[in-house]
Amino acid sequence: MTPTTAHATMVMVTSLAYILSAMLFILGLKMLSSPETARRGNLVSATGMLIAVIFTLSQAGLDFKWIAFGVAVGTAVGVLAALKVKMTGMPEMVALFNGGGGLASMLVGWSEFHAHPDFSPVFVLVSVFLAVLIGGMTFTGSVVAWGKLSGSLPTRPILFPGQHIINGGLLAVTLGVGLLFCNNLYPDATATYVPTAVILSLIIGVTTVIPIGGADMPVVISLLNSYSGLAACAAGFAIGNNILVVAGGLVGASGLILTNIMCKAMNRSLTHVLFSGFGTTGTTGGNGGAEGTAQSTSPQDAYYVLEAASSVVFVPGYGMAVAQAQHVVRELADLIEANGAEVSFAIHPVAGRMPGHMNVLLAEANVPYDKLVEMDDINQTIDTVDVCIVIGANDVVNPAAREDEGSPIYGMPIIEADKARNVFILKRSMASGFAGIPNPLFYRSNTRMIFGDAKATLEALVEKFKN
Amino acid sequence: MSFDMLFVFMLTVFLGFELISKVPSTLHTPLMSGANAISGITLIGALTAVNLSDAGGVFSHVLGILAVIFATINVVGGYVVTNRMLAMFKKKDGSR
Repeated sequence: MTPTTAHATMVMVTSLAYILSAMLFILGLKMLSSPETARRGNLVSATGMLIAVIFTLSQAGLDFKWIAFGVAVGTAVGVLAALKVKMTGMPEMVALFNGGGGLASMLVGWSEFHAHPDFSPVFVLVSVFLAVLIGGMTFTGSVVAWGKLSGSLPTRPILFPGQHIINGGLLAVTLGVGLLFCNNLYPDATATYVPTAVILSLIIGVTTVIPIGGADMPVVISLLNSYSGLAACAAGFAIGNNILVVAGGLVGASGLILTNIMCKAMNRSLTHVLFSGFGTTGTTGGNGGAEGTAQSTSPQDAYYVLEAASSVVFVPGYGMAVAQAQHVVRELADLIEANGAEVSFAIHPVAGRMPGHMNVLLAEANVPYDKLVEMDDINQTIDTVDVCIVIGANDVVNPAAREDEGSPIYGMPIIEADKARNVFILKRSMASGFAGIPNPLFYRSNTRMIFGDAKATLEALVEKFKN
Repeated sequence: MSFDMLFVFMLTVFLGFELISKVPSTLHTPLMSGANAISGITLIGALTAVNLSDAGGVFSHVLGILAVIFATINVVGGYVVTNRMLAMFKKKDGSR
């Protein structure tokens, strides 16, 4: 074979390999539809990635020395982070990985433009610009989200005067730069457009995420997840590679669906989450019938009720993650079950800091996944439940969402814990949830507060059952 | 070529909606980290950016190497952490 036909053959083989990769990505995602096949699905998807990488490396003319260096560094950091991270820290980890993906796509777009600044058609220019813009926003947006999740930044919304005007202005300037760049209006200035877009996109990422409160992070992470896919997609358009378009498009769609599910679970529109600064102190509404005195009880008395119960439902929230209480929750659940009661866990879609956060924590504590019940299912039977134990959850069980039209969360779907025969609320104090909304559930006649550290309370209950 | 890619993109997004809406909410965290790993596909673009043609010079080369590092973190870390999570999901009898 002559070198030219050898090259043509290699290009064709690589294209076929990419088709195989795309198939494996799709198959892998399909296998995620059941916990039984999910783990294999992830391996199928990883195989698709490996095939794509190997065949890309078979191309002539790559600088393997530096590629090996980059891959080695990336693998070391990635594996270390993935094995070290605690399950409670998963939202932070996913935020950082998202950011890394966005940054990589931004760099790919930038590098591509830098290598071929002169003869790029408009389609490529638009793609380069989008890869830089979305990638850069994803990167700094994710870093801010990480800061809020890990507590390095204040979790409350950070607002400043003229915020919307400044954000709007930034976006307008960025789009203006984009138009100049893509139409190649001032060719002499072309070289400065991309670095300008890089800087602007990095700033926009910060200014758009910083006004969003900690409790809204499930939406933000889902959206950033989508962006990281779309950035990869744009990079694919820029370099003319379909596998990036397919994989990026799948991730973009996935993130959008999750974003939508999270918004619905909070009964809020995406624009409201992104722009309202929800959860700032001073958010007021009706007091939702939150009046009277809350009745508290001791672990001792709670034990007597639990001991006699024939059905018990746990409702975990972010507070369970903070208290690292998932293992002792499982221990208590096992003891109650051994005592003859039926036990399940009711999971609200936005409990925790990312979609499915509670499910992973409980899975880590060896709670079988068939004991985890979705909100809509538990609500159908909750009035027959003897005891509902709310651990570190607040707004997701707030009946004001159902009853008080003046409440900021009115209309949000909740787990109707108030309909259970007895409700125990494990909480440090009477303080409101993240959104600062009073919770009338605390004052209901069937509710008993058990004050103190949730983990200590649960341990006390476990002791009672053991003796 | 460019419009073929847009066509592929359109189909992929619709396929993605169909696939992902069938993922149960209990698996949403692994779905996110797994999808995250897939978005590291940009690694393919990063690899081709680290080439020996000196069209983009050292600067382009450095950008490419950085992209390889970050994309690899995304891919490897994403798949490993997803695998770790999914290994924990068990049915009542202890089987998976």
